[in-house]
Amino acid sequence: MKILVCISHVPDTTSKINFVDNDTKFDTNGVQFVINPNDEFGLTRAMWFKEKQGASVDIVTVGGKDTEPTIRKCLAIGADTAYRVDTQPLDGFQVAKELAKVAKDGEYDLVIAGRESLDYNGGMVPGMLAKLIGANFINTCVSLDIEGETATAVREMDGGKETIKTSLPLVIGGQKGLVEESDLKIPNMRGIMMARKKPLNIIEPLSSETHTEAKSFRKPEPKGEVTLIDADNLDKLIDLLHNEAKAI
Amino acid sequence: MSILVYTESENGKLKKAAYEVASYAKGIADLMGTSVTAVTVNAENVEELSQYGVDKVLKVSSDKLSKFNADAYAEVITQAAKKEDSKVIVISQSANAKYMAPLLAVNLEAGYVSNAVKLPILDEGFNVERTAFTNKAFSMTSISTDIKVLGLSNNSYGLKENESSLTQEEFSPELTDENFGITVESVDKNKDKVSIADAEVVISAGRGMKGPENWGMIEELAGVLNAATACSKPVSDMGWRPHGEHVGQTGKPVATNLYIAIGISGAIQHLAGISASKNKVVINTDPEAPFFKAADYGIVGDAFEVVPQLIEKLKEFKANNS
Ligand SMILES: Cc1cc2nc3c(=O)[nH]c(=O)nc-3n(C[C@H](O)[C@H](O)[C@H](O)COP(=O)(O)OP(=O)(O)OC[C@H]3O[C@@H](n4cnc5c(N)ncnc54)[C@H](O)[C@@H]3O)c2cc1C
Ligand SMILES: Nc1ncnc2c1ncn2[C@@H]1O[C@H](COP(=O)(O)O)[C@@H](O)[C@H]1O
Repeated sequence: MKILVCISHVPDTTSKINFVDNDTKFDTNGVQFVINPNDEFGLTRAMWFKEKQGASVDIVTVGGKDTEPTIRKCLAIGADTAYRVDTQPLDGFQVAKELAKVAKDGEYDLVIAGRESLDYNGGMVPGMLAKLIGANFINTCVSLDIEGETATAVREMDGGKETIKTSLPLVIGGQKGLVEESDLKIPNMRGIMMARKKPLNIIEPLSSETHTEAKSFRKPEPKGEVTLIDADNLDKLIDLLHNEAKAI
Repeated sequence: MSILVYTESENGKLKKAAYEVASYAKGIADLMGTSVTAVTVNAENVEELSQYGVDKVLKVSSDKLSKFNADAYAEVITQAAKKEDSKVIVISQSANAKYMAPLLAVNLEAGYVSNAVKLPILDEGFNVERTAFTNKAFSMTSISTDIKVLGLSNNSYGLKENESSLTQEEFSPELTDENFGITVESVDKNKDKVSIADAEVVISAGRGMKGPENWGMIEELAGVLNAATACSKPVSDMGWRPHGEHVGQTGKPVATNLYIAIGISGAIQHLAGISASKNKVVINTDPEAPFFKAADYGIVGDAFEVVPQLIEKLKEFKANNS
């Protein structure tokens, strides 16, 4: 089985979010970038398929040279080969088209992406990619097993879960549950050394055709001070929630 | 050229989110000087959509669609959009809608904006504001394609009443086996509980509750307010509560009208998932807990004393106000 894991390189959640150039660009100054958490769960599940079922695991990122530390980390965790499509990600459709080309050319059986990325968190790429390559698609996937050509998965939905059967080729939008935090691997020295020798292939982009464009950003208005209510005066809270907030 | 809105139902009944997306679609239709067409799948009470400005309903009834299937549903809406020659398609941001939307966008070669929070601005092109960076910012996004798909973030527009005279039409899209590449084998849904996504009020509790045996009062408070229960991540990691209740950056997003956080410190990863909620209340013994900076109303106090009193007072309030 050939697996491709789509990795997006995102600001760590504890990062301060600021914008520059008249609020048109994200300020990357001092921002720590990480593997998108949903993708790391997926990559770790892919490593399980590699160890237990002899799958090969490649990773792909659409992004500039600045994403290479993230890519090296994926190789150190155990991915075999990395691809970087050398262009700035601009919108979900553009990224999905680039990934679709890599997925098609490599004839992958399974493509693992994340439910959403933490930067634009659009939740668009995996589904678009699946449709573009004509593969089956499961979103918010919290469990995945594959036997031959058949996949059994669990999808989380509002208020519950469902068990799904489908066939390869398959794209998933994965999240925590595919593996748990305790399963995540911190690359060891050997992994890091080996990662240096593994191939990181640079691919020329297809086009920069986009459907959407982030024109400007703004931060939410600063929130007013919290209204503190005495623990002995719960009637006051109920009154505020009823008359001011109109929430009960 | 009407605005098409997909109004979701469950067990034959339209969901509250359906009325919100209908209201939003009507807002867009007014801006563009056109009408609203809704598409429903196996829904019965469709005439209620006339309260929210819908002019026409395309009713799809099919046993094959009794369980949600993203690809097949995307195909239904694609065919409805073609039939109505719709340039703007509105959906909610339920888990199912988010699953389906990218497939729909590819089918229609449409630009898709998820987590939209406001009506579009049509002065120069088509611009709509959405959330970005896990709710820490908003982004004004322009869509350049002829057809546009907008996913409205839950509870960001609200219900707007708009009486209309509704016409109903049966609609039978053509589906092939290819649309059913996925088979749902079983569904495990908690039937007698409100789901976090559908709830108006969410009662969430954290490690401050000390142990799973203390959740009785959380459940009771939720019962009084007809609320869903949720929890912080460590609580589900320790197995005190089911994983499906975990909210935050790595858990479920919460965009509800009222979020009550009990014994939750307010770590950034927790707040990232709940900041779209309208009104936030925190109950915590520690006045320095970061949650007080994010909350609208706060009580510095011991949950074990405050919550039982709050339950009693709310019961009284409910008895007097119903
Ligand atoms: C990558 C990453 C992702 C994460 N994702 C999430 C996520 O999605 N969701 C999430 O919730 N967390 C997430 N976390 C964890 C997060 O950082 C916090 O550790 C977590 O939210 C803390 O949970 P808590 O508030 O229940 O517990 P604590 O931080 O232990 O807080 C307990 C609070 O209860 C109060 N308390 C104690 N006793 C009482 C009492 N008797 N009455 C009232 N209050 C009391 C305390 O003062 C304290 O403020 C993530 C962390 C990382 C690193
Ligand atoms: N630039 C990118 N390169 C590779 N994969 C990406 C990129 N952007 C998004 N993805 C994948 O698509 C998923 C969902 O991203 P999004 O649609 O941006 O929320 C991510 O979790 C990744 O798996």
